[in-house]
Amino acid sequence: MEKTDTVLEEMLKNFEEKINRGDAIEPKDKMPDGYRKHLIRQMSQHAHSEVIGMQPEGNWITRAPSLRAKQILLAKIQDEGGHGLYLYSAAETLGISRSELINQLHTGKAKYSNIFNYPTLNWADIGAIGWLVDGAAIVNQVSLQRTSYGPYSRAMVRICKEESFHQRQGYEIMAKMMAGTKEQQEMAQDAMNRWWWPSLMMFGPHDGDSPHTGDAFKWKIKRHSNDELRHKFIDKTVQQAEVIGLTIPDKDLKWNEAKGHYDHGAINWDEFYRTINGNGPCNRQRLAHHIKVHNEGAWVREAAEAYRAKKEKAIFNN
Amino acid sequence: MTQQQALYKYCLRLGDNALVQSYRLSEWCSNGPILEEDLALTNFALDMTGRAQALLTYAGKIDGNNKTDDDLAYRRGEREFYNILMHELPYGDFANTIARLFYSATFEYLFFSGLMNSTDETLAAIAAKSIKEVKYHMAHATDWVLRLGDGTEESHRRMQNGISENWMFTGEMFEMDEVETLLAGVSVVVSEIKAKWLSQVSKVMAEATLTLPTDTYMQTGGRNGIHTEYLGHILSEMQYLQRAYPTATW
Amino acid sequence: MATDTQLALWEVFLQAKSGANYIHAGSVHASDKSMALQNARDTYTRRGEGTSIWVVPSDAIVASNPDDNEMFFDPANDKVYRHPTFYVMPAGAKAI
Repeated sequence: MEKTDTVLEEMLKNFEEKINRGDAIEPKDKMPDGYRKHLIRQMSQHAHSEVIGMQPEGNWITRAPSLRAKQILLAKIQDEGGHGLYLYSAAETLGISRSELINQLHTGKAKYSNIFNYPTLNWADIGAIGWLVDGAAIVNQVSLQRTSYGPYSRAMVRICKEESFHQRQGYEIMAKMMAGTKEQQEMAQDAMNRWWWPSLMMFGPHDGDSPHTGDAFKWKIKRHSNDELRHKFIDKTVQQAEVIGLTIPDKDLKWNEAKGHYDHGAINWDEFYRTINGNGPCNRQRLAHHIKVHNEGAWVREAAEAYRAKKEKAIFNN
Repeated sequence: MTQQQALYKYCLRLGDNALVQSYRLSEWCSNGPILEEDLALTNFALDMTGRAQALLTYAGKIDGNNKTDDDLAYRRGEREFYNILMHELPYGDFANTIARLFYSATFEYLFFSGLMNSTDETLAAIAAKSIKEVKYHMAHATDWVLRLGDGTEESHRRMQNGISENWMFTGEMFEMDEVETLLAGVSVVVSEIKAKWLSQVSKVMAEATLTLPTDTYMQTGGRNGIHTEYLGHILSEMQYLQRAYPTATW
Repeated sequence: MATDTQLALWEVFLQAKSGANYIHAGSVHASDKSMALQNARDTYTRRGEGTSIWVVPSDAIVASNPDDNEMFFDPANDKVYRHPTFYVMPAGAKAI
């Protein structure tokens, strides 16, 4: 026992020294169990979010109002799928299979971003998702490019590069609608009203109430606090809203000269926790859809495996 | 029918084929059997939307009434759409989608090879771009026909079903009428590529342990605006915003 | 019924333009070579990132163990004579 403890302590010391030097951790490096677990939880949640996020946007593919809009939306959702794929792969380097990750999603053990439990009800919602939701995600993702785990950091670099058009296309939709008919303006403001607060919730609880932050900071998985990132997002978004004439649905939003950022009104954390715990508008719909598609695809995956096995056998017999 | 009217209709037929096919493929987004295939099917839908855009833009120019690609895609009624019926049928299961993609991509590969030599420069240029995309669609679909045909019992049954169910909609690909005749040199003589298509399809069927139906009854009508009941639903969904807010731009 | 899987894991390497090194881009799942290539194409070259793709089954890759790093890599550190800057050239000599 004692010997094992010494070995473990030594390992942890080497690991933390490496982290403190700013070196990346690679898959075969020794790492504490807690680090591995935290990463799997965070990366799989991130991957599931990308994939589940395809649903609310996919809801408007067949109704996109122009050929250009349809192409942009398709390409964007395709990117989200790709990002899910990159992140699943990065998580797989920690020795967990994609099947297991999907299983954890289906059994409720793994979560995905709360934001995708809200419905997309008009075309401006597609704009709002790109501008606000992706805008919020990018703030977080840019920070994660420097995360300590190599495969995660590399996936984030790739994702950030590709995401850069997402927010712009969303803002373009909003801008176009605000410059359009009265009905379009109403749709845009309606989308703004519904997506603003859930977007702020995307950064997670206030720093004092965030359960997983301690080790994540020490191990440099997380590089900036929830509130820090939330403020960054608010500060850049307020100006963008003003430019196109949208109102931010927060009476208490005020520039704070002393702090150098905007103060915002109280976030409805009851809604946040209620949704996280399964009772948001679309939780059941999203998960049920993912499970259904997964089950419906099983025969295709089995056929592909069976075909490969047959072909390999044929080569062997020749 | 004038030469100009014939060319207009020819472009609409080709453009609508791409548009309606892309509509059905785009429905696979977030519904694919594995994430990688989701991305592949979306890629095809994107290729086809791009092709529809090019063809409808050209159709608008020929028509001369300042109609844009979007005007033609979103403001025409059911009877003014000229795609073949196969593309508008519900996408069904994955094998059904693959069967249809296999039939049409094999055809389109031969078709655009011919259209590259069109005396109409715009069509020849669109064909030169499309041929690269279509060649890949054909390779991808053929691979899946083989995997599913010679995979498990279930996949074989489903693939055979897809091949059989869509068979009666393949005849329309090889139809020719006044439009093609008037456009000699511009259009592709599709009746001449039928044998090649059949031979390529049969070759894959044999390797995939599948049987090509022998029935001769073929559905027709789409190329002249007489559609299945499904097209109306596609249009009511696709054109919803443009129709509900006719003065808005998006 | 066979067990459901997410198909095998493959590593994807891209060459950005001819003449360049192949660089690891990421992974895909696929059941066979042809599918692996197509999936790599659809996943990693959507923005013209590559003109050539290698796919390798992930389990065919042999990786060095970090525990061996000292014996593997440290001995190279003192072989300064392998670098051109180690050599003293006579003053005035050109093009060397």
